[in-house]
Amino acid sequence: MADHVVPQDAPSIYEPSLFGTYSKKIGMWLFLLSDSLTFGALLYAYSYGRISTTNWPTPFHSESIVNATIMTAFLLTSSLTMVLAVRASADRQPKAQLLWLLATMLCGTGFIVLHGREWTKLIAEGLTLPLFPAVPGHETASEFANVSKTVPQFASTFFGLTGMHMLHVTLGVVYLGVVALRRKFIPILLVCWLVAWLATPSYSPFHYGAHVLLAAAVVCSVILWLKPKVYDSSDVEVAGLYWHFVDLVWMFIFPLVYLMSAKIL
Amino acid sequence: MDPVQIAIAERVRVQHQHHTKPQFFWVWGALLVMTAIEVYLTYQNMEPVRMLTILMGLSLIKAGLIIAYFMHLKFEVSRMKWLTMCALVTCLALMMIFFPDAVRILTMAVK
Repeated sequence: MADHVVPQDAPSIYEPSLFGTYSKKIGMWLFLLSDSLTFGALLYAYSYGRISTTNWPTPFHSESIVNATIMTAFLLTSSLTMVLAVRASADRQPKAQLLWLLATMLCGTGFIVLHGREWTKLIAEGLTLPLFPAVPGHETASEFANVSKTVPQFASTFFGLTGMHMLHVTLGVVYLGVVALRRKFIPILLVCWLVAWLATPSYSPFHYGAHVLLAAAVVCSVILWLKPKVYDSSDVEVAGLYWHFVDLVWMFIFPLVYLMSAKIL
Repeated sequence: MDPVQIAIAERVRVQHQHHTKPQFFWVWGALLVMTAIEVYLTYQNMEPVRMLTILMGLSLIKAGLIIAYFMHLKFEVSRMKWLTMCALVTCLALMMIFFPDAVRILTMAVK
């Protein structure tokens, strides 16, 4: 039976790919398709809440909108640097590839830092979830505290959607770090974990969220020590697909969550 | 690198010959300009449904540019393009089945 599928006199032992590309890339595309359904479900849940709630809040002042716009610019620029890294790897320019990958990681880190600041500010102003610890010494009768009480779906969908995206960006930076620096990236990751853990107060969600970096360091160490390899242009291209997807998802979160909830004075 | 890795790296090099650096900068510029338009429209006090339509239209164009040029799908074989995009659009469209229920809650909510 197998002879009918792969003839004995075939020039290669493998049939040509159905999709005209290598299996690693097809695997990443399949993962991205499934992940887009995860984000699709979260975006639809947000939209459902918005349609079905008459007094849906529009609490974002221009400061938040400016911050989110800068975050968007960071992500778009990171996509440009990522595609230049892929190009450099395809042209076999390892130095340029490394520099563009580091630039992409820098832009991604900038996005995470700005997003973290935004979250911290919103939580301090009262937009919170029941599972977040109370911020000591902060005013809880503000506009955002009112939003959390009257329309709890807003905070749930906002933190759920943007938190899931922030997690994806963080893991994307780790992924690029592994492709760019391999084992040298592990101590850097551990330092980032320690800084993020110790520099954030115990009531901040990032104090515990920082442990994602520790988990990532453990997983990456296992992979890098058990299966050491030289990451080639196909690995950079596949990592790029993931990174562009993270950027793509933000193109929908930014207008739906921020721009449609802007406070127009 | 083993021979398979070398062969794949060569395939990546050939596939990326379609791209030129100015093309990447044009796409990046277009994405930034569309983002600026979106932010500008936010402060024009438009009717929400109209604004949502324009914002989602711009977001779809931006997504198309990212998928086509940055994710390289424009230069893949047509079988890959059609299968991935049709599967994605169908699944996302099916999720819209929940929206009539959201409208029902709005119009028939318990007072």
